[in-house]
Amino acid sequence: MAQTGFGRRYFRAFVSGFFVAVPVTVTVLDRLAYVARVEGASMQPSLNPDGGSSPDVVLLNRWTVRNYQVQRGDVVSVLSPKNPQQKIIKRVIGIEGDFIKTMGYKNRFVRVPDGHLWIEGDHHGHSFDSNTFGPVSLGLIHGRASHIIWPPSRWQRIEPSVPSDRRPLLNWNGASDDSNDD
Amino acid sequence: MIKEYKQHAVNGHESAFLRSGRMFRGFFVKTVSFVGYTVQYGCIAHCAFEYIGEFVSCSGPSMEPTITNHDVVFSERVSRHLCRIQKGDIVIAKSPFDPKMNICKRVIGLEGDKVCTSGPSDIFKTHTYVPRGHVWLEGDNLRNSTDSRSYGPIPYALIRGRVCLKLWPPHSVGVLAESPNGGRIL
Repeated sequence: MAQTGFGRRYFRAFVSGFFVAVPVTVTVLDRLAYVARVEGASMQPSLNPDGGSSPDVVLLNRWTVRNYQVQRGDVVSVLSPKNPQQKIIKRVIGIEGDFIKTMGYKNRFVRVPDGHLWIEGDHHGHSFDSNTFGPVSLGLIHGRASHIIWPPSRWQRIEPSVPSDRRPLLNWNGASDDSNDD
Repeated sequence: MIKEYKQHAVNGHESAFLRSGRMFRGFFVKTVSFVGYTVQYGCIAHCAFEYIGEFVSCSGPSMEPTITNHDVVFSERVSRHLCRIQKGDIVIAKSPFDPKMNICKRVIGLEGDKVCTSGPSDIFKTHTYVPRGHVWLEGDNLRNSTDSRSYGPIPYALIRGRVCLKLWPPHSVGVLAESPNGGRIL
């Protein structure tokens, strides 16, 4: 009798804890922050600088992209337009209205359409990015990589930076050309 | 006598202090449990809307006559997460040009399918193939719909859910009708 009472109480505590822990965890992962391991060499040397021996683990901030606001140079994770199950991590090179000189895309110059981004990996030629599939829709954005959290020796904040030779040629909207000055 | 009186005063003082402390602690516990319950139910609501389904009020003429203006529909999100979207389903997707706007269209072609890009009244039919990871969406009201015929195939990941039930207006509650122009689905 005492045994069943204890078992039932234990079961109820487990169920109530379960109904708190799972939704809270899922919501935090969906809305606030997500942790992901970076695979592949497409973002070398910023991420995974020494190949596959110790893959970097990054913290993806999902709160800052809730209104789909990103700036040039941010490292973002995007749902792959070719495979909806896969996420890819790239650097934002152009936002809507930018004129971009492409590298190996079907057109030599591209104006990024409204609501789209031009994303590229840092490792040119070894990256599956906008030079292959064109501009990606802002609705596919998943999170902004804000920190490298593993391995501990590489703990650092990821600062937005655009490679100097990949600046947009011209912004048609003329709205946010904060990175064109220098 | 005096000593006893003193003792009593100290006791009275102490109990008043304890009582106020207990009141404060009760208030604190109530506040924390209220916040905790709010967070818990907020998270449960988020999970339900994100992984089970949500209610959507549709506007615009592009899906007439299947869905008219101000209809309320229920969109389930399970089949999107399991990749079970099929040809002929009506889906709610993020607009590719404005991610804050949602569009409600019918899936005409999945990846690899051949679709007709020209309108129904065009003399010359043009065809194309839907690329990998994309879907071809069209409204049921072909004359008054901005869809894949103007902006091309959209990525599958932009789909938010599949419309499975119509809840409002009351005389048309139930599952949704088949496409009125079924010849578009090749």
